[in-house]
Amino acid sequence: MKVALMVTCLNDAMFPSAGQATVTLLRRLGVDVEFPEQQTCCGQPFVNTGYLDEAVPVVRTFVEAFEGYDAIVTPSGSCAGSARHQHGIVARRSGDAALADGVRRVSPKVVELTEFLVDTLGVTDVGATFPHRVAYHPTCHSLRMLGVGDRPTRLLQAVHGLELVDLPDAESCCGFGGTFAVKNADTSVAMGADKARHVVDSGAEVLVAGDSSCLMHIGGLLTRQRAGVRVMHLAEVLAS
Amino acid sequence: MTGTFVGMPAFPTAARAALADSQLRSNLAHATSTIRARRLAVVGELDGWEELRLAGAAIKDNTLLHLDEHLLALEASLTARGAVVHWARDADEACRIVAGIAKDHGADEVVKVKSMATQEIGLNEALAAEGIAAWETDLAELIVQLGDDLPSHILVPAIHRNRAEIRQIFLDKMAAVGRPAPADLTDEPARLAEAARLHLREKFLRARVAVSGANFAVAETGSLVVVESEGNGRMCLTLPDVLVSVVGIEKVVPTWADLDVFLQLLPRSSTGERMNPYTSIWSGVTPGDGPQEVHVVLLDHGRTRALADEVGRQALRCIRCSACLNVCPVYERTGGHAYGSVYPGPIGAILNPLLRGVGTDDQVDSLPYASSLCGACFEACPVRIDIPAVLVDLRAQVVDAHRGGVPRPEAAVMRSASWVLGTARRLGAAERASGLVGRVAGRLARRSSSSGRPLMSRLPGPGAGWSDARDLPAPPAESFRAWWKRTEGGHR
Repeated sequence: MKVALMVTCLNDAMFPSAGQATVTLLRRLGVDVEFPEQQTCCGQPFVNTGYLDEAVPVVRTFVEAFEGYDAIVTPSGSCAGSARHQHGIVARRSGDAALADGVRRVSPKVVELTEFLVDTLGVTDVGATFPHRVAYHPTCHSLRMLGVGDRPTRLLQAVHGLELVDLPDAESCCGFGGTFAVKNADTSVAMGADKARHVVDSGAEVLVAGDSSCLMHIGGLLTRQRAGVRVMHLAEVLAS
Repeated sequence: MTGTFVGMPAFPTAARAALADSQLRSNLAHATSTIRARRLAVVGELDGWEELRLAGAAIKDNTLLHLDEHLLALEASLTARGAVVHWARDADEACRIVAGIAKDHGADEVVKVKSMATQEIGLNEALAAEGIAAWETDLAELIVQLGDDLPSHILVPAIHRNRAEIRQIFLDKMAAVGRPAPADLTDEPARLAEAARLHLREKFLRARVAVSGANFAVAETGSLVVVESEGNGRMCLTLPDVLVSVVGIEKVVPTWADLDVFLQLLPRSSTGERMNPYTSIWSGVTPGDGPQEVHVVLLDHGRTRALADEVGRQALRCIRCSACLNVCPVYERTGGHAYGSVYPGPIGAILNPLLRGVGTDDQVDSLPYASSLCGACFEACPVRIDIPAVLVDLRAQVVDAHRGGVPRPEAAVMRSASWVLGTARRLGAAERASGLVGRVAGRLARRSSSSGRPLMSRLPGPGAGWSDARDLPAPPAESFRAWWKRTEGGHR
């Protein structure tokens, strides 16, 4: 099976350790993961802000980069959702039949990391050890767009030494929402402040999620409040 | 009497003011969490909830596909049963028709059943301009009307008020428009309801004309349906001689079998009840029983515009249950007024732009962006309106409406980002540059995260919107792709 890592532009530029952890984890499980260097971004920031024309070249690059892989694994529920659910919209907008064909071939191959681990590889115990108290935030797009269900928590529960604590109101949005975080900054922060409060109330030392974007937002509030709770990408915990 | 939403600022500005109101936020958090829990409990009782949702969506879609035929069938059935059918293209036409009927009967007042369509068209204000007082008889609408306030929720328009505030409104305002509130009124719900009851009773008994909307209009028998909780609707629908119902054209359902599906979906989704207390159904005029003159105003007011929108037309499935408002994390924090419309929350964020069109009004154009796209609304919607998908499509319509001419700053940023992300070479170069920025920022940073990463706490320009309340880690010195290249995929 030819497996590609779709690292996402955010992890690439801002959170490389999430990508490195994904590589470590997949190799430990015997997957010879490749990084198609032509990749850039899934185009979601453009689509979700209304800039469809601007998304076209980005999606074209995406299709060219990932053509021919059997599985395109990404440590992001949101970017997986974008590739699976929105690339068709961008292709239609382009009016380019070849791009539409490419999207039809490539986008169904995109899988979020926990889907790949649990469904494709059939593992829940990935051999990780992480002796800390952890709260898990189910990110909206992984939960409601992809429907990853309890895959992430099953993986976390199998981590040696890890204590998974309840996060109150876990399924509420953290308020990141892409450009929403800046266009509606006040509302975004109000939502994030409630999330951060729940994280602190949970008694966790570490907040874990499958999307670096949401973690950047919640983490940015937690450090500003000097809350003393760390944020980590799920891949980093599973690779430890 | 009641204020209007005309001249409301765009969502981000209106939201900022609402967020600063801690009383409002606590009222809303309490009310929405209570109703959320109730909805989940009663929806959970049914095994076939997903099938019901699919059926509801399919019935509405099929009806909308042949809307013209179903409306003509409805008109024929209504006429055959003695109702007078009027067609209104827009708010002005609809208001003129209703005012005309009231004037024909020499009425200077009408009693009203809670109705979204009549609020949408500003009927109360239009009637007031003709010297006709419109009395809201739904408890929450009464609170809003007496308080010279605006509705902030589709189902619970006074959700932003608590008991103490309601008591004060009753004490201050009831006397001027009818029976005063008892001087010893407390904020106990039963006492408040009793005060409203006594106040409204004289209006019910006196009024000769009633105005309603309808939750559904069954085409096969010309039957209108009003679903309510308080019984005030039943009073309005049966006591006065003349009844005028303003009904959006998307309210038509072909048969009673179709209605059955919605009467299961609506109460569970709206009030979290298995069945609502009062369901009134009337078919034209019944001699000697109820209103002897029945008018039905079929209202377009942008609905055909929405119907022409391939992605957005699903919004016309909406049965106004408010489930999407109650689960929306944005609505829960900002309340309904920030949306600047009688249709607030997620459904309002798509319905208003669809009914009115985008590209001409900044307030309307701001609504599709009033969402984090978390998807909780789609999950709760009893007729499966994919609100996030419609929001995203409307955002593209807003952007497209502003293409050409001088690009706005956001458009310029998006264009350059598109160029950078167009190839890996350009992105790599941008990352090297941001790595340099990160090194400088790292030296300047006064704080770092517990993992030792320098934090930027004051970003320039539009970044300030982020950093006012949130830190941002400084960009790493080495991007993932640079690491991969340097280490040959982590092998060195």
